[in-house]
Amino acid sequence: MALVEVDRLVKHFSRGGGLFQPASVVRAVDDVSFAIEAGETFGLVGESGSGKSTTGRAMLRLLEPTSGAVRFQGEDVLQFSRARMRAARREMQMVFQDPYSSLNPRMRAVDIVEEPLVIHRIGTAAARRAKVADLFTLVGLDPAHLARYPHEFSGGQRQRIGLARALALEPKFIIADEPVSALDVSIQAQVINLLMDLQQRLQLTYLFIAHDLRLVRHICTRVAVMYLGKIVEMGETERLFATPQHPYTRALLSAVPVLDPDAPRLRVELDPASFNRDAPLRDVGDRHYAAV
Amino acid sequence: MAGATCGDAESRELKAESWEPKAESHTTVTDHLLSVRNLTTVFDVGPRPLVAVDDVSFDLARGETLGLVGESGSGKSVTAFSILRLLQSPGRVAGGQVIFNGRDLAALPEREMRQVRGAGIGFVFQEPMAALNPVLRVGTQIAESLIVHGLATRREARTRAVDLLRAVRITDPEARVDDYPHQLSGGMRQRVMLAVALACRPPLVTADEPTTALDVTVQAQILELLRDMQREFNLALLLITHDLGVIAETADRVAVMYAGRLVEQGPVRDILRAPAHPYTQGLLASIPGARAGSRLQAIEGVVPSLTSVPPGCAFAPRCAHRMDVCDTVMPPESWITPDHRVRCHLHPAPTDAPASESRTH
Repeated sequence: MALVEVDRLVKHFSRGGGLFQPASVVRAVDDVSFAIEAGETFGLVGESGSGKSTTGRAMLRLLEPTSGAVRFQGEDVLQFSRARMRAARREMQMVFQDPYSSLNPRMRAVDIVEEPLVIHRIGTAAARRAKVADLFTLVGLDPAHLARYPHEFSGGQRQRIGLARALALEPKFIIADEPVSALDVSIQAQVINLLMDLQQRLQLTYLFIAHDLRLVRHICTRVAVMYLGKIVEMGETERLFATPQHPYTRALLSAVPVLDPDAPRLRVELDPASFNRDAPLRDVGDRHYAAV
Repeated sequence: MAGATCGDAESRELKAESWEPKAESHTTVTDHLLSVRNLTTVFDVGPRPLVAVDDVSFDLARGETLGLVGESGSGKSVTAFSILRLLQSPGRVAGGQVIFNGRDLAALPEREMRQVRGAGIGFVFQEPMAALNPVLRVGTQIAESLIVHGLATRREARTRAVDLLRAVRITDPEARVDDYPHQLSGGMRQRVMLAVALACRPPLVTADEPTTALDVTVQAQILELLRDMQREFNLALLLITHDLGVIAETADRVAVMYAGRLVEQGPVRDILRAPAHPYTQGLLASIPGARAGSRLQAIEGVVPSLTSVPPGCAFAPRCAHRMDVCDTVMPPESWITPDHRVRCHLHPAPTDAPASESRTH
């Protein structure tokens, strides 16, 4: 059984709706379904406005979905009571994109990492402090810097603090929303290596939300491509990158800059008229699905 | 291309000539459009000035694209601002020369410098929403530079703005010219920025991370547009970016900055295929793509802060090939080929000056 199953998830935002104007509905996530197996890194890719981040947030109920189901270990978390949901969040954590805005600047690193343990009333104060020091070491930070404030750390170190905080409750599943896109290339590699090491050591399952296709290809076992709120293609990473079926996937992959100045540029322009936006995902063989 | 600047190019050239040298006669040795020599920029904060750009030299020929690469804080944007003399206090150029079209920009009075900005050197910034005026129609903003530089009357300017919007491949330019920036998508705004930059037909455009805020498919379109504009206008481009993929697609030559210094520069193929500096090597190796699922080759450590740049090679603390000399002695510039230069003790400087003929190894 899959660890996480997203089943026909929908998130609509209504906009406007004044005295003389009917409300308009933005279908940010429009009937999205996928399943993530334990231990895998599932990539959710797409451009801004594709609904990939909204999908991630709706899965953890940081935004309330409009409809659908998100089954974690077989149970639909969208039906959970507040108390039950809070308990469930111990198993499902999130790492955010911007390590500059996602950490409280007035809190010391030690308090940021300890906070989830306090909220969930885990351990004695002394045990928690020891745990935080262990977490610091785990993510490659120096426990001597525990009392520092976020601004005293570099971007890469801040993302490690965010990761330590996410790991404090020993979750099984982590949603990483663009975890390295705010970092410099050389630092990105450090954090990506750390994410891969931790996955092995702690048997973590990742939903990796990203726009960087090179990165996604590198670390994801399977990928779903989102376009305007829908998954247009999904499959095993190598297969999907090698034989993209959907016109949008083809355009997206062809737009990635190649490091070889002599490589032929085979840019594929997207013609929105060339496909039916409401086409359902269809099995094209070998666990590869495309809305064509 | 077609209809970019309908017919009035001649009148423009007459006026534009006022700031251009009358002839190439008093241009010194080089025929480069832009020569930056030993540029040093400091920020006067605290007891000692912080050196943000340290002894940077490079050349840019007409029609050529130089990619200036570096991570955040490496000084690449400060270099561009120094060239354009747009630095604000406490930043100031502390030394060196910026020779543009045969004239030292540092020596120009501000009034003439304003002519150079826009008419000589156009610029495109990373965030078009921040660079464009939100309360002015895009046509007005394009027209403004034409009018300021005396290249068009108010009446002509609108037509010219429409032509420029068409030149940067904006569909339905007659309608878009009256739009406000917020009515346009990110990619469209960046096209407008480019139209503003190109309005006075400058021979050089400086683009600071022009595609960083854009989606990858839009980035591809803007990069293609830059290449087209370059061909059509014989434009030299100083392209500042952290993305080596963008460099590979656009640049003829590359200069790599680290902690305010140029550590390596050369033709794009040499730099991407046979990088000589361990930092350049590390940057290339840290890009995902080699082998899926494998560990990435990260550069350990972080970029030094300006307050604590090591006395020798700034990269030494992170370098896998560090030697004792690296901690104390700043590496001099040496030559792999006459056009591929590097500052690293692994490549000792040749004893004689580089000959102009081919000099390999």
